[in-house]
Amino acid sequence: MAFDTSKRSSYFLITPMAAIFAIFLVIPLLTIVIVSFWDYDEYRILPDFILDNYSYLLGSSVTWKIYLNTLKYAALTWVFTLSIGFTVAYFLAFHVRSLTWQIVLFMLCTIPFWTSNIIRMISWIPFLGRNGLLNSALLNLGIVDQPLEFLLFSDFAVVLADVHLYTLFMVVPIFNSMMRIDRSLIEAARDAGASGFETLRSVIVPLSKPGIAIGSIFVITVVMGDFITVRLMSGGQSASVGLQISNEIGLLQYPAAAASAVVLLITVLLIVVGLLRLVDIRKEL
Amino acid sequence: MTIETKKSRKNLLSDTGVSRRGFVKGAAAVTGAAIGSGAITGFPTIWAQNIKNVTLRQFGTGVSNINAVADKVKEDLGFTLQMTALDSDAVAQRAVTQPNSFDIADIEYWICKKVFPAGTMQPMDTTKLKNYEYISKLFIDGKLTPDSEIAQGTAPHTVGFVEGADSVKFASAPTQWMTLIPTIYNADTLGIRPDLISRPITSWADLLDPEFKGKASILNIPSIGIMDAAMVCEAMGEVTYGDKGNMTQEEIDKTIAVMIDAKKAGQFRAFWKSFDESVNLMASGEVVIQSMWSPAVAAVRSKGIACTYQPLKEGYRAWGGGIGLAKHLSGLELEAAYEYIDWYLSGWVGAYLNRQGYYSAAPATAKKFMSEDEWGFWMEGKAAQGDILSPEGKVMEKAGAVRDGGSYEERMGSVACWNSVMDENKHMVRKWNEFIAA
Repeated sequence: MAFDTSKRSSYFLITPMAAIFAIFLVIPLLTIVIVSFWDYDEYRILPDFILDNYSYLLGSSVTWKIYLNTLKYAALTWVFTLSIGFTVAYFLAFHVRSLTWQIVLFMLCTIPFWTSNIIRMISWIPFLGRNGLLNSALLNLGIVDQPLEFLLFSDFAVVLADVHLYTLFMVVPIFNSMMRIDRSLIEAARDAGASGFETLRSVIVPLSKPGIAIGSIFVITVVMGDFITVRLMSGGQSASVGLQISNEIGLLQYPAAAASAVVLLITVLLIVVGLLRLVDIRKEL
Repeated sequence: MTIETKKSRKNLLSDTGVSRRGFVKGAAAVTGAAIGSGAITGFPTIWAQNIKNVTLRQFGTGVSNINAVADKVKEDLGFTLQMTALDSDAVAQRAVTQPNSFDIADIEYWICKKVFPAGTMQPMDTTKLKNYEYISKLFIDGKLTPDSEIAQGTAPHTVGFVEGADSVKFASAPTQWMTLIPTIYNADTLGIRPDLISRPITSWADLLDPEFKGKASILNIPSIGIMDAAMVCEAMGEVTYGDKGNMTQEEIDKTIAVMIDAKKAGQFRAFWKSFDESVNLMASGEVVIQSMWSPAVAAVRSKGIACTYQPLKEGYRAWGGGIGLAKHLSGLELEAAYEYIDWYLSGWVGAYLNRQGYYSAAPATAKKFMSEDEWGFWMEGKAAQGDILSPEGKVMEKAGAVRDGGSYEERMGSVACWNSVMDENKHMVRKWNEFIAA
């Protein structure tokens, strides 16, 4: 009897969560999958079962170009956010000794997040522009004699904005992992004669892996699905998968957008699965 | 319509026991059927009293959904006009799929071409419109003046009339049954920064002139961007078109190929999608030549930066919208709608629109509501005598200014192509995406 009651109460307790997942995740996802097989014309979507949306999507060279471009942004952003994020977290966790200062500096990192995402992005535009602050400064200092055009409306600008926006997503989980590292392990490494770099390589990095994996998942999924950064910072000249989906929605081509979304979802899930294979987050948490 | 009146009509309906008309559903059914009952009992004198209880729901794109118009309607005609602004894709979709959600549709002519055949709207009886005769000839037979050439694309007069009261087939010549009465229209061209460009700009081809490498922009809304691209390609002599408003796949492919080459050569600084983006690109000097909309040019100038809405020898790309009646309108509401439309043509709105830099459907009536100086500046291409004010009272131009492109006849008389939707729309959008991704 006691077993039954506890089993029943467990079911009862998970019901709200299960219901929320079903309503807000499973049902919308299923709808997207279903709609991706529908047909459409200029103004309507027509219930049907066709594979055209997928065959066009997967057969078009544009799609491959767009995916390559999106992956490029994701990879570059990942490399930079990881190196910056790891360095910052390392500094906070091992060089700042007092807990108060750790908290103060950590809060400092989050201050930019008090303003809107879009504002932080848009503020780069007057800074990097042809007649922007940076170019004016460089010209006045005589470092360049022509304004640097690549600074804005370019891949450089997109990656810069992405790195700026998402580095904190790396800092937080890595910092969290590092704080859990038993300090005596580092002492032991030093006693065993390991140099600073060797300690980093064989003690700190392996033990920070869960944080790195979580941060990477954050950054990669966000950049893979992003459209507004790419649109604003490339001046509309580059495409990303998210931008393609947003364009299709704008043109009322919902089934095509749904098919793109499904393919993107699968791609991102594959990346996440790959990452989880490398690092067992659950075991190491 | 307020909830109270809806309720009272509902009671009235059940008391008189008027049968419902099958196709009317939901809230619209209540109003529609109640009005039907009014028509059956037939006391026209009651209409005049009831008309102030009428609410007409108008939806359309932002440009012509002006609150000042709704306020003036209340003042002049006594009934309520409820406006909803949507983007043009949503407007088109709603007009087709939710026919009872609106009474007046404010749509562009190219949308009309797709929407009207769906049968969710009814044509207007022009004999009921006192001001019909003042509507610009551009919308009647496509010719502003007897010797002007009819432009390509979805020219408004080609979708302006249907063959009969219940017809959804567009008539080849004017009939008694009009689909839309025009509200706002204008002629678009390239905007330039005359302070940063040293030579005169005369042709659409200048957009791709290597001189402006890295300083040009084009708008990234496929259905309009492709037209601007076509104007450019035709001006360069790279592509010849049967009809720029309805290109063949081959014409689309060639046009996009030219644009991709230009993009790869670094011609474009950016592409813009929203009004603000075009203003910022121009005002910051990132771009010195680009496709632009008239109010955006005004916005750049209001920052004290020189910007010209450059007339070009190949002509303008024009667009226009109009208002039309929902199919379900009948009885009192239909009368109110006719009254509203006639009032729209009677001059006050026209003057308002003219002062914004657009054009009104019936210029002759608008003239009565404008000062001589205003009329001279906006419509006749004359130098302003005093400050030219926007409808909100903001100074738009100082004394001595002349409108870019000149008079109404000069601008609307040299339209090369109207905004349109192509038969090969899907193909066009895909090719356009290739251009953006290239």
